[in-house]
Amino acid sequence: MTGTTPTPPPGTPPRATPDASPGTPLDGTPDAPPGGMPGPGPGLPPGAGRGPSSAAESPLLSVEGLHVAFPGRRGGADARAVDGVDLDIRRGEIVALVGESGCGKTTLARSLLGLVRPVRGRVTFDGAPLAHSARALKAYRRRAQLVLQDPSGSLNPRHTVYDIVAEGLRIHGRPGDERTAVAEALSRAGLRPPERFFLRYPHELSGGQRQRVVIAGALVLRPELLVADEPVASLDASVRGEILALLLRLRTELGLAALVVTHDLGLAWNIADRVAVMYLGRIVETGAVEQVLTAPRHPYTRALLSVLPEAPGDPVVLTGEPPDPSNIPTGCRFHARCQVLADGTAERAGVADACRSREPAVLHGGGESQVACHWALAAPREVSPAGPAPR
Amino acid sequence: MSAETTGTPVEPGGPGPRALARRRRRASAARFWKEYRRHRAGVFGLAALVLFVLVALTAPLTVGSDVDSVTDAPGQPLESPSGRFPLGTDQFGRNLLGLLVWGSRVSLLVGLLAAALSVLIGALIGITAGHFRGWYATVMMRITDWFLVMPTLVLAIVLATVLSRSLGTVVLAIGVTTWPTTARLVRAQTLAVESRPYIERAKALGGGHWHIMSRHVLPNVMPLVLAQTTLIISSAILAEATLAFLGLGDPTVVSWGGLLQDAREAGSVSSGDWWYLVPPGIGIAVVALAFTLCGRAVEAVLNPRLGVSR
Amino acid sequence: MSLLEVRDLTVTYPGGAAAVRGVGLTVEAGEKLGLAGESGCGKSTLALALLRLLPAGARVGGEILLDGEDVLTMKWGRVRAVRWAGASIVFQGAMHSLNAVHRVGDQIAEPILLHRGATPADARRRAGELLEQVGLPAARARAYPHELSGGQRQRVMIAMALACEPRLVVADEPTTALDVMIQAQILRLIENLVGEQDVGLMMISHDLAVLADTCDRLAVMYAGRVVEEGPAREVYDDARHPYGRALSGAFPRIGDPGSRFAPRGLPGDPPDPAAVPSGCAFHPRCPVALDVCATEDQVLRDAGPRRRAACVHVGTDATGTPDGNGSGGTASARDDGVRSRTP
Repeated sequence: MTGTTPTPPPGTPPRATPDASPGTPLDGTPDAPPGGMPGPGPGLPPGAGRGPSSAAESPLLSVEGLHVAFPGRRGGADARAVDGVDLDIRRGEIVALVGESGCGKTTLARSLLGLVRPVRGRVTFDGAPLAHSARALKAYRRRAQLVLQDPSGSLNPRHTVYDIVAEGLRIHGRPGDERTAVAEALSRAGLRPPERFFLRYPHELSGGQRQRVVIAGALVLRPELLVADEPVASLDASVRGEILALLLRLRTELGLAALVVTHDLGLAWNIADRVAVMYLGRIVETGAVEQVLTAPRHPYTRALLSVLPEAPGDPVVLTGEPPDPSNIPTGCRFHARCQVLADGTAERAGVADACRSREPAVLHGGGESQVACHWALAAPREVSPAGPAPR
Repeated sequence: MSAETTGTPVEPGGPGPRALARRRRRASAARFWKEYRRHRAGVFGLAALVLFVLVALTAPLTVGSDVDSVTDAPGQPLESPSGRFPLGTDQFGRNLLGLLVWGSRVSLLVGLLAAALSVLIGALIGITAGHFRGWYATVMMRITDWFLVMPTLVLAIVLATVLSRSLGTVVLAIGVTTWPTTARLVRAQTLAVESRPYIERAKALGGGHWHIMSRHVLPNVMPLVLAQTTLIISSAILAEATLAFLGLGDPTVVSWGGLLQDAREAGSVSSGDWWYLVPPGIGIAVVALAFTLCGRAVEAVLNPRLGVSR
Repeated sequence: MSLLEVRDLTVTYPGGAAAVRGVGLTVEAGEKLGLAGESGCGKSTLALALLRLLPAGARVGGEILLDGEDVLTMKWGRVRAVRWAGASIVFQGAMHSLNAVHRVGDQIAEPILLHRGATPADARRRAGELLEQVGLPAARARAYPHELSGGQRQRVMIAMALACEPRLVVADEPTTALDVMIQAQILRLIENLVGEQDVGLMMISHDLAVLADTCDRLAVMYAGRVVEEGPAREVYDDARHPYGRALSGAFPRIGDPGSRFAPRGLPGDPPDPAAVPSGCAFHPRCPVALDVCATEDQVLRDAGPRRRAACVHVGTDATGTPDGNGSGGTASARDDGVRSRTP
């Protein structure tokens, strides 16, 4: 690390994964073999450069009451893409944000990076609120990085791999040897030996390699947070696992926190510590992955899980399309499609009126398990967690 | 990167990334040429252009700068083609072949400069209007539209009339009237490029407006601009000829349009002095055609699949 | 006689890319065959070849027997008739397969008019019926494609495919790019339609999990070959080919502690059809490859009842399929059905 980097990734060492995979210690340990080749020594635990701090407890990124809206088309109502979201991401934590397309998850991810300006609410990074001035954003974007879904599209076809990875260094004018940094980032992203890839153009690479280049381009600035929007959705199944394993390894080695936006619950099960299920601009259920995915409480989460090919029991196929964010239903926003309300279970629990008229409270961003559903809160754990209401 | 880890192993003797990048660029130029060669019309156009440029460049050696002197003209007025004057003489007895060769210098020069000016303005406005949305883009595109619906020739005539008569005026008049199509094209392309995810990635990396426009938009718009330039050159040459023909060019220099105007004034249309009229006309047509052919070929090589044609 | 029988099909594109390298498949009437594979494995090429929709210049060999009639040798007029009435394709990417400037009802009616010789009024009525069959109100016939959502467009595509009551439906990635919920809707629709009308279905997808759930039989393609074939559940749960194992391992089972924080994949990339590796095409990525794999081509061999796999470890006396990759806990070869019957 250079002395110019104000904050080496501090914080709690992430969950101790035994996998001490051979990788380059990015933290510039003096005994690091040159060239970013895999070194024999184990990587320094992230944050070793700094004593334990009380900041370890506070989240790295914190979102409070975030609202993002887009102007309606032809004078229609505004589309409330993100409609009141609290979300925390701690250091070294991988959070999966799950939802159908159009639920606002991508907009939320983009607003975390300041690419979309929220209408209300605030984003706090490392204790400081995110300002939207050009200078503040630029400084912030050195510490938080974006990985997009389509690796082919997110690489400029006219740039070489070297230029692509070095782009961040050049934008931020990082001192030091550019070539070394690029080589190190590439080999960290699993492209070894890096020199072989320097002068390739994106179209000469496979999909998995392209996504690795995108990740290398993000890593080169040594970010503390990675926001990945469907990072493997466009990759082949056999390649997908390798990229996910890479994300896990980066978390272990660098203490990198990540928000992974996905529609794939299996992906959340594969790599995330915590999951937040989003529906129509709001998080409707959140908690530890084991908890939410094996014992879902919100009817929407249950429906999502029930239609997976592997799921036990009858699939609950919600009818209709995801509703329109410019016309959010009153009461619980899910009530129009809710299977629990439709089959009378909610009526029996005495919450049907509340479902139709009263909006559940916004879930707060912390780690504990929460659900935004009148029925689930009224009848805690009385139904079998595995499946939805029996038919 | 820390000082400790500098001194990365560049393979001993191996060229650095810059050198390798240069080599790559040479290879991609070679690939471009290989593709270009497959367009026969483009090759013809290029050959014609090379010929004209050679003629124009070597004109001081072959015909000399005194060819347009009226006072010591070598022949009789309006001689028909002969062994001595292969294209005959004009109303002052000057050698028309010499004038034609000399005139090509002005025609090509004005065409190139005017096209460069036009493309420069067009690309600048197009990229900025495509990059910055909002009121700036609206204002710029309204201005562009205004220029677009303006009859180009009329505007150029007005400009050429109002300003002093010189080559610079002609270049300016043509340049400021032909840019709107380029601006429109470049803006459309910029919008297409700006919607690509790599622009978002660059923004998320912290890249500012200048970075995005210069590093991402410009290289992707360049092929279009290049093709557009060659196309505009031919129309600029035509415009220059037109202005000169209308008597709005620089009267002190010989150009093909100027020759045509002299021919008309000398009454060669009615008296059948074809040698006075036809060669400059053919010259204009052939050069314009040659540039168009090249432009089309360049466009065909570079444009169809943006980015694949490296 | 099978509804569809593909024998030793090969397709080579003009650039030299061998997209399909000897594929044999059968689909019975009323049967649902899933064809799984990753991008570039030749599965979409195969679908196009079935109806002679390949671009000009592609060299096609082998036989494609549709109801006993070879599609590859029949006259063009007959091919056109077969394309709607015999077999039809639901393409991926419904937005691009629908013509944006025509109402969807007219697009559904078009093949009926062309192939059935129906009157326009009849065709329109039939289009309405078809739309209702796929769960859309008949009134949506007057909509333009852009007025429909992704799921609705995919329904329209299915209605189009059913317009001339084909005997075989080929669905090429019918649910890719759709949300899980919409995907579930579409899959149910396809299942029901196939069940009701006793047509054969060939469903092509990269998603092995979805295919295993929807189809009766499953064929896994790699580098232009079928490398594994068998009853869908068995192939998914207990693949014999290391590629099949890796592919099914790539779809995590939620609740399975083994895949928690352990995403599985294969190192390397799918091969380029223009440069297929020598020997067994999978050997460069194979965790259990032997020396012979690099040189000796592996053909499909019996791997149990109604199962075949193209791996050197299958069907030999050394039945102990090395489970050394650690990626497939279910992978060890069961002895029961394995006969050492090397072809």
